[in-house]
Amino acid sequence: MLDATPTRRKLVEVRNLRMYFPIHAGLLRRHAGDVKAVDGVDFDIFEGETLGLVGESGCGKSTCGRAVLRLYDPTSGSISISGKEIGWAHEAASEINADARRWAKWAIYVVLAVGIVAYAASFIDFENPALLQARNFIIGVIFAPLGLSGSPASPEVVLSSPLWRTVYMVLIFGILAVLANQFVWEAIFKARARTAGVSSSDVAPDETALRRLRPMMQMVFQDPQASLNPRMTVAAIIGEPLSEHTAMTGTERNARIYELMDQVGLNRDFANRYPHEFSGGQRQRIGIARALALNPKFIVCDEPIAALDVSIQAQVVNLLEDLQEKLGLTYLFISHDLSMVRHIADRVAVMYLGKVVELAPRDPLFSDPLHPYTKALLSAVPEPDPVTHDTAERVILQGDVPSPSNPPQGCNFCTRCPSVIDICRVEEPAMKEVRPGRFVACHLHP
Amino acid sequence: MPDGANAHIPAEDNRYVLDVKDLKTVFRTRRGEVHAVNNVSFNLKAGELLGVVGESGSGKSVTMMSLIRLLPMPPAEIRSGSVWFDDMDLMKISEDRMRAIRGARIGMVFQDPMTSLNPVFNVGFQLMEPLRKHMGMTKAQAQDRAVELLDLVGIPDARRRLSDYPHQFSGGMRQRVMIAIALACDPKVLIADEPTTALDVTIQAQILELVKELRQKLGMAIVWITHDLGVIAGIADRVMVMYGGQVVEEAPVRELFANPRHPYTRMLLETVPSLTGERSDRLRVIQGQPPMLSASPASCPFRDRCPQAFGHCARENPLLRDVGANGHRAACFWDGVGADA
Repeated sequence: MLDATPTRRKLVEVRNLRMYFPIHAGLLRRHAGDVKAVDGVDFDIFEGETLGLVGESGCGKSTCGRAVLRLYDPTSGSISISGKEIGWAHEAASEINADARRWAKWAIYVVLAVGIVAYAASFIDFENPALLQARNFIIGVIFAPLGLSGSPASPEVVLSSPLWRTVYMVLIFGILAVLANQFVWEAIFKARARTAGVSSSDVAPDETALRRLRPMMQMVFQDPQASLNPRMTVAAIIGEPLSEHTAMTGTERNARIYELMDQVGLNRDFANRYPHEFSGGQRQRIGIARALALNPKFIVCDEPIAALDVSIQAQVVNLLEDLQEKLGLTYLFISHDLSMVRHIADRVAVMYLGKVVELAPRDPLFSDPLHPYTKALLSAVPEPDPVTHDTAERVILQGDVPSPSNPPQGCNFCTRCPSVIDICRVEEPAMKEVRPGRFVACHLHP
Repeated sequence: MPDGANAHIPAEDNRYVLDVKDLKTVFRTRRGEVHAVNNVSFNLKAGELLGVVGESGSGKSVTMMSLIRLLPMPPAEIRSGSVWFDDMDLMKISEDRMRAIRGARIGMVFQDPMTSLNPVFNVGFQLMEPLRKHMGMTKAQAQDRAVELLDLVGIPDARRRLSDYPHQFSGGMRQRVMIAIALACDPKVLIADEPTTALDVTIQAQILELVKELRQKLGMAIVWITHDLGVIAGIADRVMVMYGGQVVEEAPVRELFANPRHPYTRMLLETVPSLTGERSDRLRVIQGQPPMLSASPASCPFRDRCPQAFGHCARENPLLRDVGANGHRAACFWDGVGADA
């Protein structure tokens, strides 16, 4: 399973995934910049494999995991799971969409500005007959939908009552703004899409379309305390995906819940207990059972063992491995615990400041790391052996991770890299396959 | 007090700076008592770094909080025990005298630097507070010393950063500030409760390096609580393993890793996957859950999860006994070959 034979099928393909969180500043909440949590990430996950995703806190590994499952709306990038595109199939589509959205927002502002002017004008009695006529014409147009004069909502009645006038104009311009937004977005998107060769099917699927795809991709969260509803019983928690996505009867559902509880090693007698009655390890088992309920193909495990004690971590990791073997699952295993990743992963991606800096099969990555950051990260892990501690040579990184809202120019790692060279501060290194299956983004490995 | 010139005091100095005997702490809750610390005894030599390992709920933090009397009482209650420090029993002295020791002669560093620093005061104020309270320094003196301390823990541009607030520091820098505060009054003993657990590995490596350096310079004794065996292997002189509120094994660090005697220690070492050694297909697992501690244990607390357990383990709680040279002690009836002890 470890060697990259061409017969292996890709289950997950992520291309140029970007997840930016906008920073709004100032009185007008102007868009002042972006936190580039994930900034152009590519990887594949083969069927039945575990891809480990490691990095320090704040490097974007959790955001990446969530964006891959579309728990966030990614800024751009293609995500294909089992052949189904759930991201932006076309690189240009997200850009055009964002552009169209920006113009559509201006359409709202314009409509609202016109509304405010018209509203103010409706209170002024102009002496100039031409202006007065213009005012009456505009008011006539605006109030035309109210229909015949004489009725309680006729223009005369509304015009004579300032309260009704206000309510009516807020309503009509609100509706107009929404319509203008939609119209402008469509018009601009279609016009630009034609020239860019993008079709409207390249737009990332919306919530309803995604919902049908949810059963095949699931997530196990870091904190089992926070990700389980304290007011639901274990059976209700595990059964919720079943009632949301399947048409099972009550008995079928219960049978499936018991089957899942057996699978993850939870006693069936605990089905009616609440999460607080369980220990951390057992709670994580509940979370795993819930993720398995719909027979997913792909599970993102976001630091599933970080909140657990050492002796319990091993139990949960073994369970995940057993389930993978039995059910043919594919994992994206996000963790900062490198020794645990070495145990569970087949291939490992190392992230730094929103980018994957190295991606390689497990054994060569740990025995012969190529990227200076991977080297530093591995040497920073304290080994549980006092003898190697005294002899091992350590690379101790100076300083902290730069802010992802203002990453350094050139290579992201150039501010802390022990083997930095001039070009690193100017040019961003591209991801290259330096040996079969080993990808590195570093100028030292051209 | 001497500063900097103090050489590393050799471990042969057998005057203990801290000597804890039979400490027993109980929490009274509505659902009965929780025996969090059961007859814990240990000592600390000058300049020594004692690592304390154990899972959450094993009583390692409560032990340390008990001996500096920092637990809220009630619900906590220290049933028995003595803590000898500077020819005083810390369990018997008045709260006023305790306050003069806590933070001054016994320094403390806690796990989460964000919650243990006050967000509304700048770092300078928090650094100068112990100096002015405990050492009676003037504001100007305290400020100079604060700059010196920030320099010592490797925070660049120290004088300017005194007026910064905790949120303006990164996690690793905050923990450096916490260490600087703990070192402010030249403590004889430093208690560090999971000081690197909330930090990333690369930042943890920086802090560990800093602590090693500071030990060389200042020569204080340190108690380092952690659940990370890797950290312990890197910095401790001696290790104490806790389980279910009691000490189950105690040994010099190399001895403990090379020759663990208590089944719990052995299994704990086996469950942690290694970064360099052989990679096994399955992780060793310690089955079951930690004990509830609702009563003072009459039998071995690890009995239910222990592969070596035999009849006697259910009848009596084993005491720490010598199992090797250099003070290697373990609380287990099993002698390594399986015969009934």
